[in-house]
Amino acid sequence: MYEQWPLAKKQSTLRLRARILQELRNFFIARGYLEIETPCLIPAPAPEFHIDTMICHDWFLHPSPELCMKRLLAAGYDKIFQICRCFRQHERGVRHLPEFTMLEWYRRDADYRDLMEECEDLILHLAAALDQDGAICYQGQVIHLQKPWERITVHAAFEKYASLSVEEALAGDRFDEVLTARIEPNLGKEAPTFLYDYPLDLGSLARVKKEDASVVERFELYMAGMELANAFTELTDGEEQRRRFVKEEDKRRWAGKPSYPVPEPFLESLQGLEGAAGIALGLDRLIMIFADALHIDDVVAFPPETL
Amino acid sequence: MYAASDLRKNLRIKMDNEPYIITEFNFVKPGKGQALYRCKLKNMISGAQFERTFRSVDVFEPADLQEKKMQYLYEQDDKYCFMDNESYEQILLTADQVGDVRNYLIENIEAEVLLFEDRPLGVTIANFMDLVVTKADPWARGDSVSGNTKPVTVETGYVLQVPPFIEEGEKIRVDTRTGEYLTRVKD
Repeated sequence: MYEQWPLAKKQSTLRLRARILQELRNFFIARGYLEIETPCLIPAPAPEFHIDTMICHDWFLHPSPELCMKRLLAAGYDKIFQICRCFRQHERGVRHLPEFTMLEWYRRDADYRDLMEECEDLILHLAAALDQDGAICYQGQVIHLQKPWERITVHAAFEKYASLSVEEALAGDRFDEVLTARIEPNLGKEAPTFLYDYPLDLGSLARVKKEDASVVERFELYMAGMELANAFTELTDGEEQRRRFVKEEDKRRWAGKPSYPVPEPFLESLQGLEGAAGIALGLDRLIMIFADALHIDDVVAFPPETL
Repeated sequence: MYAASDLRKNLRIKMDNEPYIITEFNFVKPGKGQALYRCKLKNMISGAQFERTFRSVDVFEPADLQEKKMQYLYEQDDKYCFMDNESYEQILLTADQVGDVRNYLIENIEAEVLLFEDRPLGVTIANFMDLVVTKADPWARGDSVSGNTKPVTVETGYVLQVPPFIEEGEKIRVDTRTGEYLTRVKD
């Protein structure tokens, strides 16, 4: 017998999802952002060692709209946002869908610190609109939203929560393992947390920090131990970006992963860009927080297995 | 061979020449980081459990497990004797290997014995078994409040909750996966 219940019981969550989408648009439009749309199907994604794209004919379903969005930024569109579907091969779990919804926004003349503040304002706006003023209760845990939120460097987080240093973790290829097992569960517990300043090799599209050439200006936003967003002060040096792409592409080739063409129009467009910052936020996960949902499947109508 | 992306709950793999079953599975991946496959594994011989995190480069051998149709014969000294339907060979399983299934074992029933390189690991039987009630308190008439249950003992010695109208000597159907009463059976 065909079961209506699994879909029918999601109605209140899907209504909440629609409200959040509406409120996100209200927030960005009120701040002078232009909503744009870029193609899902692209000939050359940014090569990243740990992100596997889905191949569609000879092109790729984008794992993020970042390259097209930065081209618009470079062409003079100074504040843009997009809500779109992104695709990542083999990513499936309690917090992962191979097709998921991303919110990305980009600003000229800004850096990652400006985006931290904008994240605070965005989530405070949503909480107020959803009558969850000041605090959100997620899985029995109260997360207070008063500004400013916790800011901790990757270096300090390893020192505080892990038994080894960032350098030791990187040398032993244990960075992600330690991050997910020891550090992430402690982040964003009482208030949202910005984890920032990542080691040089972990941010192939981010600018090197002026005061400390060993890190890039990148942050991740966490709530309730869950990674919600990744942001950069964007790298705008086309030659440096090309070198980093070649490096990632080499790593991909060594691991036997499919190789990507070089995204030439993107690299050329960077000439038109100086200071800029951009951020990608996993919308399904943000909705999980507001819907108090433990599983990402609870906040979308159709997880792939139900199709 | 399995790749890490094939890992899932209940998959059975071979490591260091022993069979393991994945009892819990979690996919973890920082957005820009590597995919990690956090598993809880149980050794299917010793029952020992532990956690292990695998990476996308890891590969696994499937555990070469066989299921053989056998007949249950008898129990003696906490050992359970089964006979291979084809070779008529008899093997003994321990109480641990038989597990909850012993609650439903009556002589001569069909069973599937799970083997790893000829070593027995466990046994499964039909999802539903009809068992005779050997001990039950009489039904206090008037006690008809729906939802009321009482304990009874069936022929295997297993005690379970049933509706109050079930009486000694009757046959009931039990779900062997949950151990719960399903319905009264008329012969």
